[in-house]
Amino acid sequence: MKILVFVKHVPDTETRIKMSGGASKATSLDESDFKYMVNPYDEFAIEEALALKAKINAEEIVVASLGPTRCQEAIRKALAMGADSGIWISTEGVADSSIDSSVVAAALAQVARDVNAQLILTGQKAIDDDCGHIGPMVAEFLGIPHVQVVTAIALNPSSTQAVVSREVEGGMVENYDVTLPAVLGAHKSLNQPRFPSLPGIMKAKKKPLSELTLAAVLATAGKPATATTRLVGYELPPEKQPGRIFKGKPAADMVKEVVGLLRSEAKVI
Amino acid sequence: MPRKVLVYAEVRSGKLKSTALECLTAASTLTGGDPLNLHAIVLGEGAAAHAEELKKYGASKVYIVETPETAVYQCEPHVQAISALIAKEGYTVVIGPASPTGRDFFPRLAIRQSAGLLTEVTEVLHSGSEVRAKRPIYAGKCLAELAVQSPLALITIRPNVIAPKQNPVAGVTETFAPQFDSKAIGLKKIIEVKKGKSEKPDLTEANIIISGGRAMANAENFRILNTCADVIGATVGASRAAVDAGYAPHDMQVGQTGKTVNPSLYIACGISGSIQHLAGMRTSKVIVAINTDPDAPIFQKADYGIVADLFDAVPILEKEFGTLLNS
Repeated sequence: MKILVFVKHVPDTETRIKMSGGASKATSLDESDFKYMVNPYDEFAIEEALALKAKINAEEIVVASLGPTRCQEAIRKALAMGADSGIWISTEGVADSSIDSSVVAAALAQVARDVNAQLILTGQKAIDDDCGHIGPMVAEFLGIPHVQVVTAIALNPSSTQAVVSREVEGGMVENYDVTLPAVLGAHKSLNQPRFPSLPGIMKAKKKPLSELTLAAVLATAGKPATATTRLVGYELPPEKQPGRIFKGKPAADMVKEVVGLLRSEAKVI
Repeated sequence: MPRKVLVYAEVRSGKLKSTALECLTAASTLTGGDPLNLHAIVLGEGAAAHAEELKKYGASKVYIVETPETAVYQCEPHVQAISALIAKEGYTVVIGPASPTGRDFFPRLAIRQSAGLLTEVTEVLHSGSEVRAKRPIYAGKCLAELAVQSPLALITIRPNVIAPKQNPVAGVTETFAPQFDSKAIGLKKIIEVKKGKSEKPDLTEANIIISGGRAMANAENFRILNTCADVIGATVGASRAAVDAGYAPHDMQVGQTGKTVNPSLYIACGISGSIQHLAGMRTSKVIVAINTDPDAPIFQKADYGIVADLFDAVPILEKEFGTLLNS
């Protein structure tokens, strides 16, 4: 069986967000200082694919990413961690306005069909747009089940079913028996992603990474994918007023003062 | 042009979530103030018990789905039931909570209905005939305004942002029993729901949060946060450092790779305030930080900072909250 992992190249958590032209509102962001990384949740998906492959002797782990040229770096990192091959769906030259999550999902679903993946793993959401659309949307396009916010996966010996745990809220956990193929959205407590080793990084350079265009993939899907949402603009959130810091007095006095202010000034208790 | 809106009212463990009322209030931006344009759907065992509450917040018709398929939450029956109701009533907007449940089934519903979906929305807008919304991106460092281009718009609202407003209407309650496609449902069977230990609201829906960081030093010390939290009805959270050190379970983690929270009051105890932690709590309305290190980055984000040892400060905090709330 083949395992397919979707990865996204996202701006580093430390990235400062600036509007193009330096205003407080704009229709694009100044990305010149952006540094990118593999979406942290996708690293849990890659790690889980590697662990499952070792356990069930899977045939191949294919990693796919959709985006501009730079997103090949995300694929290379997954290959360096131990995945076998990569597929880059290029969006170079494609207007941002013609891509939304449903278009991305339509293209990735087509990749899943072409790869004939029995298990599809991805992060439960990406930390840049915080949508978490891709997993369930791909599953819907393929007519297969999905589980989001996955914290444990156990495959049956023939890899036709999986028992999957999903973290819900307040410590609540749902356990599902899922018929494969399925899309599973990885969450933090699933595993501890490995760091790519130096030999891993060297080997990754020679692993196959094929390149497709978004238009070609969507054409194969046979459905005209049109964006259902459109960006109107970006704005910076209002700046927070600097707070008041209490120090150098007995803890009891400072706490008492702050509790008083929480009622009289902030009015939150 | 006013929209005909369906609100998905979520029920967990027999309780109507406050997000249901938040969604009804958010919907009023789109309905042109006509209650006939605002309906709600409740699924699950005992769903009918919540109809009157929903009418108090403006729902003129409440659909009740109490079928075996929907007794506990499962994605596919939810998508099928709501799709059937959209076909029956011709809604042009469906609004639900950006809770684990809403985030689970809305993306599937979007594809099945060829509808645009806006997730974790903090403000719903109506511009001409277009449904628009603002949502935080890049961990709240930026807001994006988006418009839906499809005839049907789907929106999930971030919990705890929109204050529910009462708007009582004399509504009707109707039972809805859609035809389910059991084949699709059978591909994913729920085998167990394990309840959490806490009866308190989830971090993502909590109004007050007290979080502990690495300085908590061990799991047992979280007891002082728990007892303080009990006094003011707060939910207890933790930083990634505390979770990775094994002081707290992962479902308590606030921040990147944990939960994004939005309480009225966030009290950070012994948390330095890494960028990853701030990513999960910077939209809290009021932030209090307690830390021994006056240079801790958390103080730059705090509305009120106390430079002190949390083990000195938290017991006093508990006592002061108790005095205040009993006065």
